[in-house]
Amino acid sequence: MSIPASGVPTKDDLKKVIPSSKVLGKGPVVIVECFQNIPCDPCAASCPSGAIQPFGDINDLPLVDYAKCTGCGLCIASCPGLAIFVVDVNYSNTEALIKLPYELLPIPQKGQLVSGLDRAGQKVADVKVIKVLKTKNKTNVVSILVPKDLAMVIRNIRVEEIVNG
Amino acid sequence: MRIQKHPILEFKHEKKITFTFQGNELEGYNDEPIAAALVAADIKVLSYSRKLKRPRGFFCAIGKCSSCLMTVNGIPNVRTCVTRLEEGMVVERQ
Amino acid sequence: MKEVDIVIVGGGPAGLAAALTAASCNASVLLVDDGLKLGGQLIKQTHKFFGSSQQFAGIRGIEIARNFIHEIKKSSNIEVLTQATVTGYYEDGVLTILEGFNGNRLIKVKPKRMIVATGASENMLPFINNDLPGVYGAGAVQTLMNVYGVVPGRQVLMVGAGNIGLIVAYQLMQAGIQVKAIVEAMPSIGGYWVHASKIRRLGVPIYTSCTLKEVKGNEEIEGVTICHIDKDFNFIPQTEKEFNVDTVCLAVGLSPLTELLWQADCQMVYIPELCGYVPQRDENMKTSNDRIYIAGDVAGIEEASSAMIEGQVAGLNAAASLDLYKKEYSQMNQQFKRQLAQLRNNAICEAITRGIQKATIKKGGPHVYSR
Repeated sequence: MSIPASGVPTKDDLKKVIPSSKVLGKGPVVIVECFQNIPCDPCAASCPSGAIQPFGDINDLPLVDYAKCTGCGLCIASCPGLAIFVVDVNYSNTEALIKLPYELLPIPQKGQLVSGLDRAGQKVADVKVIKVLKTKNKTNVVSILVPKDLAMVIRNIRVEEIVNG
Repeated sequence: MRIQKHPILEFKHEKKITFTFQGNELEGYNDEPIAAALVAADIKVLSYSRKLKRPRGFFCAIGKCSSCLMTVNGIPNVRTCVTRLEEGMVVERQ
Repeated sequence: MKEVDIVIVGGGPAGLAAALTAASCNASVLLVDDGLKLGGQLIKQTHKFFGSSQQFAGIRGIEIARNFIHEIKKSSNIEVLTQATVTGYYEDGVLTILEGFNGNRLIKVKPKRMIVATGASENMLPFINNDLPGVYGAGAVQTLMNVYGVVPGRQVLMVGAGNIGLIVAYQLMQAGIQVKAIVEAMPSIGGYWVHASKIRRLGVPIYTSCTLKEVKGNEEIEGVTICHIDKDFNFIPQTEKEFNVDTVCLAVGLSPLTELLWQADCQMVYIPELCGYVPQRDENMKTSNDRIYIAGDVAGIEEASSAMIEGQVAGLNAAASLDLYKKEYSQMNQQFKRQLAQLRNNAICEAITRGIQKATIKKGGPHVYSR
């Protein structure tokens, strides 16, 4: 089903925004899953290296210059649509690192195991949280380690309440 | 039900107060509308319609739909969704 | 009889922006709102705004409201009346306001200009038991949750996948409430795709070409039935699905709240692209009555960002019509209009742009009767 019918980006949609394996192999890089011309440009304004290029018209789709992207993830918390992710496919031999925006409670803790969800909210793996960055605007950025083959699949987490005792 | 914790918001209220609904004492805050305090207390039916006695509840929250009209301190047809709750108010279905 | 340069009816994003702009031109302003607090729909928007960085992009609506209200309190030219309902605008230019407990006090004001920024109300949907307690407007649920910290129920069905339906569904999940499903009568999602994607990532299904057929219950909701519909909006038999929910949110469109403008005898026109009857207006947001300006959803259903800019246009021009100018009047007027054009320069706003053209009084056209 197309994105206007289901809300979920298709493989064809994603082809437009996922960079080449060469680029992905360099280290953490941004993937902006934004497919619609709407008036919105905070991502470009937030990028310290100019990798998300300044917009000509605020309705343009974001364009990434991967030569400049360091994977810092500052754009993740700036996006009003929560559509930006940073992925490092070569974090380790078996794992990829994903940084994603998270605005729910409970906020996970470093080291916690949580459920990794795909774009349709289905659980596909247990994943480990390795960092939680709390930001001033309350869009937290959570870094998770996922099985390498799920680097382009997992885009959300579900956190169970930690039960004490 | 009241929200205890929220990922973005913090709910601060001025003062807790008491009022009565159908003769029963309830608690609320002095900086919220009457209808919000009732919904917080899990009260869904705010009144009944005249002829068919259909139950009426909170709907629009901006004082435009008439679904929240109740008798307050003896005065009928008070728009409880845009009227501030006060200490000792007597709130009744009409 | 109270006299003031400009009365602004409605303290939401359009009214707030209009008040600050008019006051900055040295107009005396009376800002009237019928809610407990100023802010209109802005004080419950917990999501980050779109638009450009100039229009507060990336900032949560509640912050924007807080800043506006803070500026208004600081201004010596703006008097604020809340819990006050404007009930009429009469031929002699007098405005009546009911305030106090249940409107038990009448105030009469004679403003030189009036800016109507009354916003919109949510539409109703016909289905069996649509009057049952537990059926709420989605905006109303947003108010309960985000302003008063009150949860309306535990399990929700959201009707409508426009921006309001998608955003409120997400905010319900943030408040810890389960949204079982979103149904949308059209074959595709009307809201921004990013809003839809983020609610899908939370596992909430969206059923398109589907609507709410029936709500079951006596004094409260005990369950709902949704059903698929064909292109003529007829129920398709045997496609019903039941959900166990205690709350239904309706996000099925808004209609401008234009009663005051009808009563004031403004030229009104029915424009589907703007979601109902709206007053005709010129490029400076002035209606067919020289004394009355409009801004925000009452001028046509759109967004908070455009409401704020329209408020600035109305405030600037209402003041200018009283010879209360800032020397940067022209630049500001042009800048506001450029920002509006930018916000609307995309496929989603084609209909709105068409609608605004239909609503705009042509130069030299029949209008302008001063009283």
